[in-house]
Amino acid sequence: MLRDEDRIFTNLYGFESPGLKAAQVRGDWAGAKDILLKGRDWVVSEIKDSGLRGRGGAGFSTGLKWSFMPKKSDGGPVYLVVNADEGEPGTCKDRDILRHDPHKLVEGILYASFAIGATAAYVYVRGEFAREIQRLQVAVDEAYEAGLVGKNACGAGYDLDVYVHSGAGAYICGEETALIESIEGKKGQPRSKPPFPAQAGLYSRPTTVNNVETIAAVPTILRRGAGWFAGIGRPKNAGTKLFCISGHVNNPCNVEETMGIPLRELIDKHAGGVRGGWDNLLAVIPGGSSTPVIPRSVCETVLMDYDGLSEVRSALGTAGVIVMDKSTDIVRAIARLSRFYAHESCGQCTPCREGTPWMSKIMDRLVEGKARVEDIDLLFDISKQIEGRTICALGDAAAWPVQGLIRHFRPELESRIAAARQSAAA
Amino acid sequence: MSTPASVGAVEASSQPESFVFTPENVAVAETIISRYPSQKRASAVIPLLHLAQRQHANWLPRVAMDYVADYLGMARIRVYEVATFYTMFNKEPVGKHLIQVCTTTPCWLRGSDEVLGACKRRLGIGPGETTSDGQFTVVEVECAGACVNAPVVAIGDDYYEDLDGPAMVALLDQLARGEAPTPGSQTGRRGSCPATGPTTLTNQPSLPASAGAVTGADD
Repeated sequence: MLRDEDRIFTNLYGFESPGLKAAQVRGDWAGAKDILLKGRDWVVSEIKDSGLRGRGGAGFSTGLKWSFMPKKSDGGPVYLVVNADEGEPGTCKDRDILRHDPHKLVEGILYASFAIGATAAYVYVRGEFAREIQRLQVAVDEAYEAGLVGKNACGAGYDLDVYVHSGAGAYICGEETALIESIEGKKGQPRSKPPFPAQAGLYSRPTTVNNVETIAAVPTILRRGAGWFAGIGRPKNAGTKLFCISGHVNNPCNVEETMGIPLRELIDKHAGGVRGGWDNLLAVIPGGSSTPVIPRSVCETVLMDYDGLSEVRSALGTAGVIVMDKSTDIVRAIARLSRFYAHESCGQCTPCREGTPWMSKIMDRLVEGKARVEDIDLLFDISKQIEGRTICALGDAAAWPVQGLIRHFRPELESRIAAARQSAAA
Repeated sequence: MSTPASVGAVEASSQPESFVFTPENVAVAETIISRYPSQKRASAVIPLLHLAQRQHANWLPRVAMDYVADYLGMARIRVYEVATFYTMFNKEPVGKHLIQVCTTTPCWLRGSDEVLGACKRRLGIGPGETTSDGQFTVVEVECAGACVNAPVVAIGDDYYEDLDGPAMVALLDQLARGEAPTPGSQTGRRGSCPATGPTTLTNQPSLPASAGAVTGADD
């Protein structure tokens, strides 16, 4: 288990004030000027060496992403955009950073912006997080007032403006180019890539988009060193991670743990175990709604990191762990996710716009068993016609939960159909 | 965005003739616009639509969309596109209290059906409907992003968490009496901390010993 002194988010639960003074007592902003004076290249290489990977779901190397940005300024603006459009079902970690540890984020924004040569940073927060937006704005205002951001930030000769921007209810805006479109005042529809945001992002200018947790981890990594972070977890799966444990556990909670912690240990140590005991476990969605469900037999031993979950054909995603005990109607649980993706499809790509409602309708029929056995294959086929055929990953995200259900619970689907047939015949 | 069925009929007649920001909101709008490059005023469209909706009983009449379009120098159709794409914008009148019940899987696993059922019992309306006195509208929403505190309901700017049927009825009773219920966990736990107390962050001298039992305050 991770030691308390190795935890980054020391005010995760809001036991202390989110304000600047309390944050400084917790160590935030310490030595900020010295960090900036070490230079842009140092910050990028330190983050690269730390092994930090994006915490928003895709898991791309953060330092590498930063290194794609233009090295020399052409005199025009360059942007950091922070993705706080948290809404992947099962995920509620960024909310805690925004409301309880906002200075970790603001300080991280300073270093990340500096590392990519940004002239301004926008934080895009989902509109429903009205209180979190207020908290973050207070932290930004405090940082300006204390000279930590703004002109000559921290007295290190670097200018940075930080702005908070509100969304208005659209899951798709968590996709980085949809998010950029949304800041530009448009519908949140993802852009075709290339060009990638590093070449042409916000207002067609070089832009890096990073998740809240990723950016908020940066100050501690820079203070304690790349080696410290890289030494936690497994190779290529380094560091600490916020896990959200929801569903049928005795004590649902958020917790920061080491990457690669066994799923069973995570649930037993922090969430008070599965409701009714471990043997009452049916299945777990390990990394937010888009990651394929894994049955109990897999849950026994799986390690909670990128490679561990990839080995069992699922994914770490956002580390939103949704636990389901044996009382769960697993078909309905996944059907509800299919409805979610059908609702949230932006409508731009035909396979997703048309396919997600089809999948949702078939899933709803399967809940009642009012389907033909062939419909299971039809459903799988539709999911394959969506996966990989859309501009953004929402199509994949809609396909995977259904594929995971069929992979692990096909007998359940078939017996439900048989039971419905029997009762109809009777 | 689902259409509140019972207000559909009055929709045409409730469209006001005109809309302008109050002087206070003009000042707020200018602050918002200053966050974006001067040639990129359209970036302020979502924040300004939020502002207009707040000023107009939590819904956006067509004239408000037109006003925001003109204010930002945008084609009106571009503002309609935005207002209809994002679910937080209400295009028709809603009740004084907009009860947004999250029913996505993590909330459903923890009993969101019971929460919706409590709304139906207490208010006599289902999702998408408004009470005849105009006090309450109930809607189902997709993931609110507070899954470890499920089931969750958003009312106004606040989240009410760790609900069950009786807790939901108690909230509605308070609202009906004109009271402001305390947001956050309705079982008294702190934020996303385990209900039985923290399993981590216990070695910090600055924390109170009974930190897990602390309730209310700023959440």
